[in-house]
Amino acid sequence: MRRGKTKERLFQVFLYGVMVLIGVITLYPFLNVLAISFNDALDTVKGGIYLWPRVFTWNNYREVFTYPNLVIGFNMSLLRTITGTVLGLISTAMVAYVISCREFIARRLVSALFILTMYVSGGLIPEFMLVRKLGLMNNFWVYILPGLISGWNVFVIRAYMDTLPESLTESAKLDGANELTIFFRIIFPLCKPILATIALFIAVGQWNSWFDTYIYCSGNRALTTLQYEMMRILQDVTSATTSSIYGMNEYNAPRTSPESIQAAITIVVTLPILFVYPFLQKYFVKGLTLGALKS
Amino acid sequence: MRPAKGSTQPLIYSMPDPAAPTWGRKIMRQIYQQRYLFLMVLPFVVWVIIFKYIPIWGWTMAFQDYKPHLSFAEQTWVGWKYFVELFHDRQFYLVLRNTIAMSLLSLLCGYTFPIMFAILLNEIGRRYFRQIIQTISYLPHFVSWVVVAGIFTKLLAIGGPVNQLLLALGLTDKPILFMAKGEYFWGIVTIADLWKELGWNSIIFLAAIMGIDGNLYEAAQMDGAGRFRQIWHITLPGIRPVVFIMLIMSIGNLINIGFEKQFLLQNNMVKDYSEVLDLYALTYGIRVARYAYGTAVGIFKSAVSIVLLFLANFIIRRFNDDRAVL
Repeated sequence: MRRGKTKERLFQVFLYGVMVLIGVITLYPFLNVLAISFNDALDTVKGGIYLWPRVFTWNNYREVFTYPNLVIGFNMSLLRTITGTVLGLISTAMVAYVISCREFIARRLVSALFILTMYVSGGLIPEFMLVRKLGLMNNFWVYILPGLISGWNVFVIRAYMDTLPESLTESAKLDGANELTIFFRIIFPLCKPILATIALFIAVGQWNSWFDTYIYCSGNRALTTLQYEMMRILQDVTSATTSSIYGMNEYNAPRTSPESIQAAITIVVTLPILFVYPFLQKYFVKGLTLGALKS
Repeated sequence: MRPAKGSTQPLIYSMPDPAAPTWGRKIMRQIYQQRYLFLMVLPFVVWVIIFKYIPIWGWTMAFQDYKPHLSFAEQTWVGWKYFVELFHDRQFYLVLRNTIAMSLLSLLCGYTFPIMFAILLNEIGRRYFRQIIQTISYLPHFVSWVVVAGIFTKLLAIGGPVNQLLLALGLTDKPILFMAKGEYFWGIVTIADLWKELGWNSIIFLAAIMGIDGNLYEAAQMDGAGRFRQIWHITLPGIRPVVFIMLIMSIGNLINIGFEKQFLLQNNMVKDYSEVLDLYALTYGIRVARYAYGTAVGIFKSAVSIVLLFLANFIIRRFNDDRAVL
């Protein structure tokens, strides 16, 4: 019996040790970047910044917001996230609602059209050619339209709608309401938990995407996004580290350095997500589980 | 007409009602009744055809000497020419090797570690501690690859924390050039991926573990089974169906590993290890404007993933049946 107890205690030590270690490994890089972003750039080069800034300064952030590209990028990222989330959510939910209506005669056809997109896609080049043919190059709508609806999201929302009692819509129909009204007045509000989850997924995807800017909109500065600008700075810093391998590491920026700027942008880019996500955590865990177990 | 067998049947053969609408009119009326549903879904059907099905039609490009300014009828057809060219390119095999290597590594780590993590999470008795760990571990999933690549580049830099740690522990006597050595690239991508998705990928397994009947554990405890035996005999078999479903899905996507992380983490010194199929298609298809060739790469990818999907489905069904017999 005693041996069992020490074994149990050892296991508890191991368990909590591993968990704390995972927590630290996950959080430390963020905290380190946060500390660097608030530390004086010249001082940072000396190294030794871990969790706390040594020479506190706002300069890096001030500098970030003097780069016109970053300001434009911030606004554009915000705009595409809001537009993309609102339009994407309504579209996805509407398709989900229509194919959840059992009496709808084209239901199987429409479902099949969307299911198939989950398994086959045209691929990079045909999609690129399509965007070019449609005249969406260097156009804001290229951020919204090609990825407006994901088949996966449609079926997650539909799975949720199937759990709603049918009597709700039937009484509305007897009152003479059409399906459009039923959708907006009854179904949409009732699906709030799952819609919050999907909205979070769409919003994060929009906020984080950079490749569409890179490939479709790099010719128009007004359409640049924060992630894309960040990517460019990152690639610059990478080449700076590569040059430092050959002993050519010399920053001559007066107030700040690429490294500090990058740290500040990282925080600017990440912060909105950090604010929103803990509030939605209980929803997305439920939504994700429901979606995966149903399919 | 033959007489019906049962006594209740003849009703069906009663005279047709002359006022009943014909089949076509019935359909028309139904369409009219459901006009709002049609109206609601029509824009999205148009959308899906334009943005999802026209690109698939675009596969025809791979069999043509595709010229963007010509119409479909004016293109010259070249048959399998570009596929033959593809299979004769040595670069292609290098890229294929990289894709498969990184994909297998992420499959291996992307299952074992999240499952272990989920099991350990489930063993934590204190609810608040567990919730804090969960919240922290889901966090990196929401951060973009651009940021993650930036963080990893910095962590692994010559003067970065990882090298400092290795030096302090005496594991190396001079800093390691992690980002400049091709041999490290697959490992770096795998670890970065694991760091980003560990918590997120564990959600589904944790949910499956929570769904296991608690009575099973109680019964096992009565029989004197310790913690590890409980995990081995109850938890693991309990989540098996979920693991298999997820496995089928990821084997189908084995070759579709994306290119974001490789694109963002690579540099010229590690190109031989970092180039994957999508980047290859991107380079040839768009930068060099060999559209047909790039499309052929895409078709190859789709073909492989469809074959893998069916194969995985088949193997796992066989495997499961065998287990069921035992």
